[in-house]
Amino acid sequence: MNSPRARLACAALFAAALSALPAAVRAAPAPFEDTMAQRMQACTGCHGAQGRAASDGYYPRIAGKPAQYLYNQLVSFRDGRRDYVLMTNLLAPLDDAYLREIAEHFASLDIPYPPPQPATASVDTLSRGEQLVTRGDAALRLPACVACHGTALMGVAPAFPALIGMPRDYLNAQLGAWRTGKRHAPGPDCMAQIAQRLAPQDISALSQWLAAQPVPAHAKPAAALPAPIPLECGGTGTPGAPR
Amino acid sequence: MSRAVRRLGAAFALLIAIALLLGALVAWLNVRGEEPVDATLPPAATPEQIERGAYLARAGNCMGCHTARGGTPYSGGRAVPTPFGDVYAPNLTPDAATGIGGWSDSQFWRALHHGRSRDGRLLYPAFPYPNYTRIARTDADAIHAYLRSLAPVHQPNRPHELRFPFDQQAALAVWRALYFRPAPFEPDPARTAAWNRGAYLVEGLGHCNACHASRNALGATANPLDLAGGLIPVQNWYAPSLTSPYEASVTGWPAADVSALLKTGVAPRASVSGPMSEVVLGGTQHLNASDLAAMVDYLRTLPTGNAVAPIEPDPPYRPSAVGGKIYEQHCAACHGEQGEGVRGAYPALARNRAVLLDSTANLVHIVLEGGFPPATPGNPRPFGMPPFATVLNDTEVAALLSYLRASWGNQAPPVSAVEVGRFRSTSR
Repeated sequence: MNSPRARLACAALFAAALSALPAAVRAAPAPFEDTMAQRMQACTGCHGAQGRAASDGYYPRIAGKPAQYLYNQLVSFRDGRRDYVLMTNLLAPLDDAYLREIAEHFASLDIPYPPPQPATASVDTLSRGEQLVTRGDAALRLPACVACHGTALMGVAPAFPALIGMPRDYLNAQLGAWRTGKRHAPGPDCMAQIAQRLAPQDISALSQWLAAQPVPAHAKPAAALPAPIPLECGGTGTPGAPR
Repeated sequence: MSRAVRRLGAAFALLIAIALLLGALVAWLNVRGEEPVDATLPPAATPEQIERGAYLARAGNCMGCHTARGGTPYSGGRAVPTPFGDVYAPNLTPDAATGIGGWSDSQFWRALHHGRSRDGRLLYPAFPYPNYTRIARTDADAIHAYLRSLAPVHQPNRPHELRFPFDQQAALAVWRALYFRPAPFEPDPARTAAWNRGAYLVEGLGHCNACHASRNALGATANPLDLAGGLIPVQNWYAPSLTSPYEASVTGWPAADVSALLKTGVAPRASVSGPMSEVVLGGTQHLNASDLAAMVDYLRTLPTGNAVAPIEPDPPYRPSAVGGKIYEQHCAACHGEQGEGVRGAYPALARNRAVLLDSTANLVHIVLEGGFPPATPGNPRPFGMPPFATVLNDTEVAALLSYLRASWGNQAPPVSAVEVGRFRSTSR
């Protein structure tokens, strides 16, 4: 078995055995490519292949979100307005130009969404959720979610993210973080104001209803807001906002 | 009075005298070599002086510590963690009330050269004045001129959070008497001007050995020339020895590779990570061509005579199959089946000095936190590695690292889960 020919035969046999294994078991490494997708493996390790979200409900989908929204989040993590140490450390050595390119890369991806999460709440809770999303609550000075996030709730380019296609846990965590001051956006921080007016049961109603909505195939952020924005939001390019 | 009482009295008096003398000695050691301070505010600086100062402040990465995350540059507020507590970098903008707007050149010089503040307070050496004492007066004045040219930011300094007795000026005075000696940079006449310029930058403004040297129990390094590597306290990243061919000495490297590493963050045989990313990002990438060449020249001639070869396990360590499986699943796609890496994107792990270091701190940090090399004009779109902190537990990280350290010709001792756990707890 020491002759070169025998070794070659052995190797060929081994290769044949390997190729006979089902793809899922073998998981041959993809060849190296000098692309953004290759560079972004630092992100897709947690956020799922191509940024389609992880299965655990914690790491959100980033694929197909509006570019300016993603860029704002990257800068906020790097500069400490959002608080998650793994993201902050990862982004610390990156400059604005590269963060913008990263945002544009993920924004450009059109990946199918997973099926919605069946709601577990009562009919009353779900109808409260739907009311808040589509009409808001004037008594609580809460604008409707659709006013900024688009009638189809798929977000509005370039800075308002979609609210459907995300798991309940993630929605609850983010609204909770805004409510407790753990998550910030460039000022005026409109979402912080809104979240502080939301009672915990309203947050739950919202997330129950939103997570149960299906996302149509190839759904994209809307091109423009349905009507003038109800309150000023930093980082969105809305009138009066500073950046 | 009995003889015994008299003797006791004499001994007591002697003790007091010794204490007073020691106190006087400490006090004298703390102000030796100081000239009288001129409190006159500096005259308007020339544009050339401001530009020079901006360059030098960049070269020393003053902004790195003197800016809080997301804060206005130079307005202070970032914590420098030390084993004795957190030291908060102050506001360096020229705000008269909260910054250094009221400082004279001579007071600024005294801070850099003697480690004393405008009001005479002793400064903590988290501000690396044991290095900055080497900075020339003209350079100090230029940096001051630049800082005075910034827009003032009203931001009160955050008080340090140090434990007793380290929060006491008297304790600091004793530390300084023991470990700090103000001294200008002394060029070596036997060397070229470029080499001396490199030495000046490395020892002084660049304050390289604030990280690349070990510290004693009281947080002191041996001297600004010691570059034999050390674990950065609290952050627990290991700054490898610049004088050991087994660690990060660059004596055998082409000059172009060393300069690429400092300018772009990546080089054929290494890339920077962790705190060194910050150094390249905020400091060395901004060095002009002649200063960079000078620094490279100096680093390439650092003596390597005292380097100790790392421990090789005997008999050779055979890693468990578990580590190999984890490598196959999570690492091989980028770092290669044989740990060969991809040039310009993913570091090779086979015979990589960073993998074989006695200290496994950096390996643990990198696996847990992932990371990108810094985005620099020379490497504007770096390739990144995902964090595995939420994917692999301590036992798995240990198995993986043990596998890396004993594969493809690597032969370094295994890593224990306890070690991983210790460094995981300091990831921040």
